[in-house]
Amino acid sequence: MKILFFGQLVEVVGAKELSIEGGTDIHALTSSLHQLFPLLAQAKYVIAVDQEIISDNRNLQEHNIVAFMPPFSGG
Amino acid sequence: MSQESSYERYHRQMILPNFGTRAQQLLQESKVLVIGAGGLGCPALQYLVGAGVGHIGIVDGDQVSLSNLHRQTLFTSDDIGQNKAEVAAKKLSRLNSDIHIEAISLHLTNHYALDVIKGYDIIVDGTDNFATRYMINDACVLLDKTLVYGAVSQYEGQVAVFNHLLPTGEHSANYRDIFPDPPKEGSVLNCVDAGVLGVLPGIIGAMQAAEVIKLITGIGEPLVNQLLTYQFNNHQVFTVKITPQSKTSSFIPTDATAFKSIDYVWLCSSPQNTLEVNADEFDQLASQKNIDIVDVRELHELPVVHTFSHLRIPLSDLKESAGQLKNDTVVVFCQSGMRSLQAAKELSALWGDTKRVYSLQGGILSWIRFAEKK
Repeated sequence: MKILFFGQLVEVVGAKELSIEGGTDIHALTSSLHQLFPLLAQAKYVIAVDQEIISDNRNLQEHNIVAFMPPFSGG
Repeated sequence: MSQESSYERYHRQMILPNFGTRAQQLLQESKVLVIGAGGLGCPALQYLVGAGVGHIGIVDGDQVSLSNLHRQTLFTSDDIGQNKAEVAAKKLSRLNSDIHIEAISLHLTNHYALDVIKGYDIIVDGTDNFATRYMINDACVLLDKTLVYGAVSQYEGQVAVFNHLLPTGEHSANYRDIFPDPPKEGSVLNCVDAGVLGVLPGIIGAMQAAEVIKLITGIGEPLVNQLLTYQFNNHQVFTVKITPQSKTSSFIPTDATAFKSIDYVWLCSSPQNTLEVNADEFDQLASQKNIDIVDVRELHELPVVHTFSHLRIPLSDLKESAGQLKNDTVVVFCQSGMRSLQAAKELSALWGDTKRVYSLQGGILSWIRFAEKK
């Protein structure tokens, strides 16, 4: 499963893209990423699954693309 | 201007398929407000003015500075120190004298945002901080205005069209459907802290102008219910679908009175950061009830202020005398803004989140210059 990071989350995670095993859900994915990258837990972001922002938990399959998107404020 | 010269000016866009006099007329009849004449606002303004949008407002209370010039393409070294909205309006009227351009040289606050925004059809957000972005979003929802959002973060930029009236009579998603409540300022870096390459806001600002032109003329598909992220490094574009959320309305003030009572700056401030207010914001705070204004200069210092009521507690006595300050909002000032910033930090450390503490930027001297100008 492909995980994408945007904005300053790239620095937090140290990568624009991660590949991890599917067969999980959003809650499990975020808590394991928060353990790996403690600063991610403090960051503000929304999650998009297959290019749609979601607000509920859902199961994730191998083919899903999950994006972590922080707010942007610069101008 | 004669019809012939107007035809010549807009000829290259009017001969496009599906454009013609119809689209040109729609542009001419439109009113667009660009908030922030910075890295996003400058290119957006240039293309909107060039395209012939008939009425354009420019809001910016800031002055041009040297560090702006690498990305704020309307300004030159000669403009440093001058108000951005006024300089931009002057330059743009030379680009196109057929249209009406209005400069509003103010920092937009929720005290007059509704009055400014209500006169326009489409609002372009070219600001650089969350407090103003949330305030503009809420104002557009309250006034049923379409908002063209743009923002950058280091090597990426975003564009979206918010709160657009759909044929169903409903409005498309707005910024609070993505992030219901603001992040604390400082938790996400702005251009000053994070850096920005001039061409990136140039690209994003031009994309915002493109969305405005699409919305006005009905050409193409504007980014309604979509958030586009542009990646400078590889030109990749990542567009996500956004959906209006039923809970969003609970985050947006219900009417003008509620809107004006929200302290947007405070919502976005992190508790360890002390807030500085400019003279204009200071006046607004000073007009509120239930506020303590404190002069932290030594008692012999001049000028003595008679214009507004306040307490006098020198910085050296402030901690011991903090108990005298009974109200939840406290504004401190000194001669030039240095000691009051120190005072505000000390008071914030003392009170934590229980009180709001502000320091007058530039001190009383800066306020006096502001008051004289007014």
